[in-house]
Amino acid sequence: MVVKIISKNFDIENSHTLEVALQHERYDSLEKLFAMTPDAVTEAVVKSGLRGKGGGGAATGTKWKLIPKNHPKPTYLVVNADESEPGTFKDRQIMEYDPHLLIEGIINSSYAIGANSAYIYIRGEYVFWAKRMQEAIDEAYAAGYLGKNIAGHNYSLELTLHRGAGAYICGEKSALLESLEGKRGHPRLKPQAKEPEWFFGGPAVVNNVETIASVPLIIREGFEAYRAYGTECSPGTMLFGLSGHINNPGIYELPFGVSMKEVIETVGGGVKGGKNLKAVIPGGSSCQILRADEIENITLDYESLHEHGSSLGTGGMIILDENVSMPLAMKNLFEFYHHESCGQCTPCREGTGWVDKILARMLEGKGTSKDYDTILDACTMLNGKTICVFAPSVAFIATSYISKFKDEFYALCDNKEETL
Amino acid sequence: MSGFQFNAENEKKFQELLGRYPERAALSLPSLWMVQYQEGWISQEAMIYLAEKLGASPMDIQSIASFYTMFNLEPVGKYHIQLCKTLSCMLCGSQEIKSHLEKRLGIKFGESTKDMKFTLSEVECLGSCGTAPMMSFNDDYIHDLTIEKIDKMIDELK
Repeated sequence: MVVKIISKNFDIENSHTLEVALQHERYDSLEKLFAMTPDAVTEAVVKSGLRGKGGGGAATGTKWKLIPKNHPKPTYLVVNADESEPGTFKDRQIMEYDPHLLIEGIINSSYAIGANSAYIYIRGEYVFWAKRMQEAIDEAYAAGYLGKNIAGHNYSLELTLHRGAGAYICGEKSALLESLEGKRGHPRLKPQAKEPEWFFGGPAVVNNVETIASVPLIIREGFEAYRAYGTECSPGTMLFGLSGHINNPGIYELPFGVSMKEVIETVGGGVKGGKNLKAVIPGGSSCQILRADEIENITLDYESLHEHGSSLGTGGMIILDENVSMPLAMKNLFEFYHHESCGQCTPCREGTGWVDKILARMLEGKGTSKDYDTILDACTMLNGKTICVFAPSVAFIATSYISKFKDEFYALCDNKEETL
Repeated sequence: MSGFQFNAENEKKFQELLGRYPERAALSLPSLWMVQYQEGWISQEAMIYLAEKLGASPMDIQSIASFYTMFNLEPVGKYHIQLCKTLSCMLCGSQEIKSHLEKRLGIKFGESTKDMKFTLSEVECLGSCGTAPMMSFNDDYIHDLTIEKIDKMIDELK
């Protein structure tokens, strides 16, 4: 089931060093890249069907095409390495075991969009990975893969590693750019029509680490090589994560379209302690929860998860066994969302806190008959009234927990005494 | 006149970084990191210093520094333990680790020991769900925590 496309070099000793990386295909795409026009590179990425692997799943090539030609300001590539979605720990594997693959992907992608400056925005907590990445960048500069006239070609690229400082919202691309510009990480308003992102007034593309790391294969071996895996609408592979109550937690590269149940049972080795499966959070905590009986026919691709009322997200699955209290799990996530709300929009800043407080009260045995409906009301207030998708996602997940595990929540609302 | 200034190494780094961004304002996060590594935390004086350096007001810098949870706006202990409390870690027993750390160090989360050797913080997802429960210890991640592992670590540090 497991394939090794992006993760091909992960098991090779010292694969993070330039010397070893060069022996295993790294930077091999460059000759071909510079023989192509930038537009041809973008076209190859469009044809590959590569979709963003940071959670959104947007078509990568289409996004690149939004960059205007001949804009007076420079164009930028910004790599989102702010991996902070609970259940997600995949991008750091690329930075740890194959940082040169990421750099190669950055050269490919920057060339395609006409950028001569690129940034990697890495979450502040990833100190080890920031060091590892910086070492690789330094090596690449010394060997002429970054800087002026890359590998002797008429193309130059400066790459800068930028550390965040502990704000989940900076994984949202416009908040990330605000943060990269040196401000608080507040998401920007969504544009009325399709347009690129902007960094100090220059057009910019923001892509996830794994997305960018998927580009060299497409350039080196052609878009067909990427399409050889996965499904028609979700081509290629993804680094899926397993955590929580699972025997073999970790990151596994799988082609899109494999059975979720089979992955949990075979690759994951089943639920820890031989217990029964209660639920799966499919792709990071912002995806709607799925009951064990709902996953029977789910395949790991964007379409299947969508059809089943959830989303593929980052591919980081959290496994919950039969003993988990769903109100407690939901409370845990609401503490997270309340803490991580950037505070810009009142419904999000206050609403996440209200739900957290109601759940706390319910779990203390002081629930009232109104609590269930109050949570639903709060979700209505969270949805569609804020600048970014943080609050709507929170509303969707809250609704999924309380509707799918109604009995557990009702049981806590049993206390007739009104305490509001 | 502020009482803080970058040491020579950080000043050099600051000058190098100036050339890597289109505008000076982008240096606020890298500069706040440099302050924190130099001093252990970010004082008002340091923020005034940065404001001058970045062409911003002290309040601008305070506004940025206070937004990001990793910037310490007051001193922390020599050993800063940040335990991940989010779902995967909770499912794998972070609550037991939490109680044990409090018992061993005699302080609650959010507090530092009197000798300023240890600070306990509870933090949200550190992106290490496959090796839960886990924590960060100063700049390092410690994975697959057990009570024995915690005991051994604290015994060695005390």
